[in-house]
Amino acid sequence: MEATIAPEHDEHATTTGLDHRKMLMWAFLGSDCMFFGSLIATYLIYRGQSLRGPFPYEVFDIPYTSVSAFVLLMSSLTMVLALGAIQRGDERRLRIWLIATAVLGSVFLGGQVYEFTLFVSEGVTLKTNLFGTTFFVLTGFHGAHVTVGVFMLLTLVGASYAGKVKQHQSINVELVGLYWHFVDIVWIVIFTVVYLVEAPAIEAAKAAVGH
Amino acid sequence: MSHANEHDSSHPSPSRYVAIAGILAVITAIEVWIVYQDYLNDVMIPLLILLSIGKFALVVMYFMHLKFDSKLFSILFVGGLLLTIGVLTALFALFSRVYFA
Repeated sequence: MEATIAPEHDEHATTTGLDHRKMLMWAFLGSDCMFFGSLIATYLIYRGQSLRGPFPYEVFDIPYTSVSAFVLLMSSLTMVLALGAIQRGDERRLRIWLIATAVLGSVFLGGQVYEFTLFVSEGVTLKTNLFGTTFFVLTGFHGAHVTVGVFMLLTLVGASYAGKVKQHQSINVELVGLYWHFVDIVWIVIFTVVYLVEAPAIEAAKAAVGH
Repeated sequence: MSHANEHDSSHPSPSRYVAIAGILAVITAIEVWIVYQDYLNDVMIPLLILLSIGKFALVVMYFMHLKFDSKLFSILFVGGLLLTIGVLTALFALFSRVYFA
């Protein structure tokens, strides 16, 4: 497939016949699985162990987080459409979909920032309790990954405008896409094991105060 | 050495990608619906895990193109994933008072 053929000349010949940059990205993503896996495990191990509040059910807003989860899912769609565009040689649509992906990623980040500031105003910080520490470390690192991803997307957009992302160089878009989809699947896990599992406790707390 | 094709020509079309995104959105909506059904509380966690695994697999196989790419990429990623599951299991076994009390 042209996406994996070395540009200009065959200096990237490998013994496997696979592009070594793509192998590196997959190996990196495999290792990043372990990174987030240990952070998620730490959150789950300490879940319910905080000695004092605020507790997750007091601050989480499931509908709000559901919207941000949807936004990030749709950004994966725009990313794969961007890759499809450059693989067809459509540089204009590549830029459109890359910008759309960056915008959606930025919307997600904005939502995270708003949520974090809300939590801080409600008394949840890194130092408050086990929930605060594990939550902000996990989601903070995920947000940092998304931020890096947005910068990579914008760099690709700039490179495309400079005429440096052609059809035979679509591997570059593919590599950024792999990274972007990875941050999406990490959020799929975080959304479920951090936020959704607290919904029954949130509803019980609301019922207890007569909402 | 010439590059072998990493995957066949069966790329999903843009409309297929849109359909997959639609499925992902529907699964997310179902997940949110489940957590608000009191009668599903006992099976909520297994259901959510199953649905999340489904979403995870759809993104990895189709958006990340792993289904159509070389098996070596799958080995690299799934290997890391298996190690992750091992690390999680070990951490739970060592430190969790809730899950292994």
